[in-house]
Amino acid sequence: MKSLNELKELREKLQKNMSARDKSDKVNIVVGMGTCGIAAGARKILQAIMKETEKRNIDVVVSQTGCIGMCEKEPLLDVKMPGKDRITYGNLSEKDVEKIIVEHIINGKVVEKFAVARLEEGGE
Amino acid sequence: MHILDIVQNSIVADASRIEVIIKEDLSENLFQIEINDNGKGISPEVLENITDPFLTSRTTRPVGMGLPLFKEAAERCDGELIINSQLAEGTELKVVFKHDHIDRAPLGDIKGTLISLIALNPQIDFLYKHIYKKDSLKNNNNNNNYFILDTAELKKELEDVDINQKEVLNWIAEFIKEGLKELYGGDC
Ligand code: FES
Repeated sequence: MKSLNELKELREKLQKNMSARDKSDKVNIVVGMGTCGIAAGARKILQAIMKETEKRNIDVVVSQTGCIGMCEKEPLLDVKMPGKDRITYGNLSEKDVEKIIVEHIINGKVVEKFAVARLEEGGE
Repeated sequence: MHILDIVQNSIVADASRIEVIIKEDLSENLFQIEINDNGKGISPEVLENITDPFLTSRTTRPVGMGLPLFKEAAERCDGELIINSQLAEGTELKVVFKHDHIDRAPLGDIKGTLISLIALNPQIDFLYKHIYKKDSLKNNNNNNNYFILDTAELKKELEDVDINQKEVLNWIAEFIKEGLKELYGGDC
């Protein structure tokens, strides 16, 4: 059985490599979790994101948003790379997640095929 | 099961603490899901119509469609859905099913649901309690068992380490997996 002691050990390990890095220089992924997002399969998308980032050992912050008024394009996710524009992808299926993670997050190239919006905030 | 959708309502209601309590009692043929939050609550007028799919989707958009579906699912299994809510205090929701009813949907991937919720909402405290009670005659030793996960407690242990880091989430996933395995004592 897992014990809280184990969690303590994990904490010590994580604390060491936490250093000064903060969230602003991490990749951010935002999943649309409004009613229609969930109905359209946002949970599967989320699980695919976690699986892929785990598999490829990339450090991302995943968060959620509610209704963003693009119901017909759900499930949706946003990718925000540090210092780059925020890109919204839509009409996704689980396997598209892998492509987005490899192409966009690892190789730094926007996957135009699934992109539905671009929000300029590159200077941020 | 629509747990994710229901919990989403609590999140939208600005809850800072959400409890998901599942109770399975085989000797009473009971399967019960309770979701409690300390969010901003639901006004009596809205509460009255909350499980009506037509009114819900039109007039009170922030409330997910999960509720009418949940109610329907419960009633199909000779069960019921009870909601109590107090403005500014929170909402309590309870759904009761007959455990062995042929139409009862399986619980589903509760581990995945919880991990998603914790990952996405690190600022919210989640309590997950799962009670599993077998037939008392056959299994005296494994009677009235329960599993509990309280992220408030985990956060205390973690101190300044974020709960939504993937190493921590992995640990929690293992913790739930082992906990449920032990709870069901090999019969799941
Ligand atoms: S609920 Fe999906 S965009 Fe509004």
